[in-house]
This record gives sequence, C-alpha cells and structure tokens, in this order.
Amino acid sequence: MNHKIAKDAVVNATIDILTKAETQLPSDVIYALKQAQMRETSQIAKAQLSAILKNIEIAKEHSIPMCQDTGILVFFVELGRDAHLDFKLEDAIIEGVRRATETIPLRPNAVDSLTRKNTGNNTGIGLPDIKYELVDGDKITITVAPKGAGSENMSAITMLNPTEVDSIRNFILTTVLNAGGMPCPPIIVGVGIGGSFDKAARLAKSALLLDIENNPEKMDERDELERDILNDINSLGIGPMGLGGDTTALAVHIKTAHCHTASLPVAVNIQCWANRHASITLGGDE
Amino acid sequence: MEYHLTIPLNKNDIIQLNAGDIVYLTGTVFTARDEAHARVLEIEEKGEPLPFDLNGAVIYHCGPLMQQIDNKWHTVAAGPTTSGRMSKMTPSLLEKFNVRALIGKGGMQNVSESLRDKCVYLTYTGGCAALAAISIKNVSKVHWLDLGMPEAVWELDVVELGPLVVGIDSKGCDLLSDVRENAKQAFSRI
Repeated sequence: MNHKIAKDAVVNATIDILTKAETQLPSDVIYALKQAQMRETSQIAKAQLSAILKNIEIAKEHSIPMCQDTGILVFFVELGRDAHLDFKLEDAIIEGVRRATETIPLRPNAVDSLTRKNTGNNTGIGLPDIKYELVDGDKITITVAPKGAGSENMSAITMLNPTEVDSIRNFILTTVLNAGGMPCPPIIVGVGIGGSFDKAARLAKSALLLDIENNPEKMDERDELERDILNDINSLGIGPMGLGGDTTALAVHIKTAHCHTASLPVAVNIQCWANRHASITLGGDE
Repeated sequence: MEYHLTIPLNKNDIIQLNAGDIVYLTGTVFTARDEAHARVLEIEEKGEPLPFDLNGAVIYHCGPLMQQIDNKWHTVAAGPTTSGRMSKMTPSLLEKFNVRALIGKGGMQNVSESLRDKCVYLTYTGGCAALAAISIKNVSKVHWLDLGMPEAVWELDVVELGPLVVGIDSKGCDLLSDVRENAKQAFSRI
C-alpha cells in the first residue's frame, strides 16, 4: 500500500535532522577524534583535540550547536519513484529551515552574493541547496549536511590534462598544504574525480557523507589509495588547528565518475572536524 | 607556560608571552570580523570617535550565534572564525589603537611586525563554540547590528576563556607560520 507523505511530516523531519546534525556529531567522527587524541605526540595538538571532544560533549548535553558557524544548509534528497506527494517538497524543506533557524537556533548565514545583505533566515536564492536523486521505492530519505565557510573556502577544483593522472595526489596535497590551519583541522577530505566541472565538485561534496572506515582488513584498492594520501597529508605535520601535530586529516574519501576522454576534472572539498550530517527516512510501508 | 590574565591587558602582560604558551583570559572582549574591521578603519579615517574603546582591548575574530530573550542578548555559540581574512586590515588597526591581543583561528599573514612589543595573536580551538559559550557570562553591549548578527561588534564578558595558544608573540615568533614552513618542506620531500 502506498502511504501518502504529509507536508508537516517533511517540515518536522527537516527540523529534527537539522537539530541533530548541528548538536551531535556522527559516531564515526567522534571515534576518529578520540583515536587521534590518544595517538598525538604533540602536547599542543593533544590539548586542541581535548578541547574539541569537550566541546562536542557540551553541545550534545545542552543541545546547542557545536560550532557558531551553523553553515549553509545542504540537503541530499533520495526521492522514491513511487513516493506520493501533493505539495512542493522544496517548500516543506525551506519552511523547516526557517523554523529551525529560530528554534535551534541557527546563525543567519545566507546573504545576497553581491549586496551581502543577510536574509536573516538561512534561505535565499538557491539556499538551502537541495540536491535530488531518484531511487527505487516509495520512501524519501532526507540528509542535511550543514557546511561551514572556513573549510568550504579552502576547497579547490582543477581541470587536469588526461595524461596527468599521477598529478591528482599532488593537487590534493597542495590544496591541503595551502589550507594550512585555516579549515579547522583535523579535516576530512572529499575528492571527486571525473565527471565534469560541476559533477566532480558534487562527487567531492557527497564523499564527505561517507563513514570513516577503521577496518584495515576490508580494504580494497580505492581504500588503499585513500589511506596512502591520508598518510601523506598527515606527514605534513600541520596538525590540529595548524599548530603542528600528527593529525592533519582524519580521512580521505574519493568518489569517481567516467569523464570525457579529453578531460580529467578533480575537485577537493575540505571539511572541518565538525563533519555534521544527519538523515531521516519518511513514507513507505511501515 | 600557562597564564591567567585579566583584561584590560597592559604591555607587561603581553611581552612575557612566548609562542606556544597557553593563556586563559577574563574580562570583556570585542568580537570583530571583516565588516567591523572595515568600519573601524572607515570611522578612524574620518576622524570620528568609535562607540567603544579599543585601548588595552582584546579583539575576538568571532561571528557569534546570539539569541534575544526578553530584550536581553544571550550567547548560544561563539567559537573563533578564520583570522586570515583580517590579516590585511590588522596592521592599520594596530597602528591606530593599542589593542593588546587578537583571538582567532588559523593564523595571520604578515602581521608579526605590527604586533611587535605591543600585541599578541592567540589561537582558540576552531569550532569550539559550545566550549566558548559556557565561558561567556554576559553580553554587555552590541554595536553595528546593521552589519548582521555575525558581523556586528559584541561586547562579551568572559571568565577564563581558553585554552588559548600564543600563535604569534610580541617578539616576532609565529608558531603557525613555522608549522606551515615545515609542512612545505615535508611536502617537497614527498
């Protein structure tokens, strides 16, 4: 039987996942931060990671945003082909964002790109950024990933020559090196390779949603490449907050797509330690 | 070394600090980001007075998340923002005002000469907005709210704000820049 999804359910779901994402970090990230804190040899670095872990606890306990940069709000919607909606989905998500801005609260971050005038409610032309993907079934899964500017501003994209596959690693490392302490390391590095100019960037951003794997036995070739690049990044010694140390990045996630024979787009989306995201699934047979 | 200092800060408070030291601050700090820096310099240029006193002051590179309840502002979350964006405006600001400390994250470029013998750059752990919020006991004033909540100047009364790491001391030592140079060398070896 096909269950109808109500607009209110989407509005409330949007508020719920936003509240969760802003106040509680996913467990894989917390685990990785704790491991890093135990491993660090630099006392300054250890103190930075301890402050981060303490901050995460306070945010969860008091249900307040873990970072004052509550980000621009990026939504990933997996829309079931058989889901039945009699309202505009984007209107419900926008309404949820407006209300969550008041209730959580969120910092109003959305400004006109030229006049810099703040809309006051985190919505505007193209914001929140909602990305849709059609999937099988009659459910809707909504994921929100608030993205802070400090790390977003350090991201980069390049169109390499097709013969420069070996330069990909160099581009990733250069991007991390240039970012230094500015994107709030330890960072998570999302890499998109192939597709097109914009597709590479989308792949890089969605790669940030992947879990940090800690199982070396399950590694395939891609995982090994990610691990090698991660080791290279950490050998730079930038450390937490750029104050030096062993932990510059917690993870590297790579996503690829086929591309034009004459192209090799590579995008690197940098994410601060606060890799915030939360999801909810609505509808379907329960 | 670890120091617990009270604002307003004097020259002696500052010159004893070395890059890498830990500092906790108590007193009133002024938040200021890009737009507030630009406005301070604009007003100074015109020879007009500022609505707040920056002498002996501490500037916090922070765009806080605030909430107004019954006409009273409260701090919800207030971690540091990227200081690098303020690097270009900082030397002019330090030339005009006796600011004693800047707090931010990520380091600053080409400011160590402007800090010499009078000011320090302190780093606060980026993203630690909830941790900062519990050390902010009162919001005493807000200026220039027309710039928007993040860009306005907030006067925040803090108790033991920290741990802050001395990133650039008043003798020209720049911890973050050293780390960056070492990273460049490590990169060239890969």
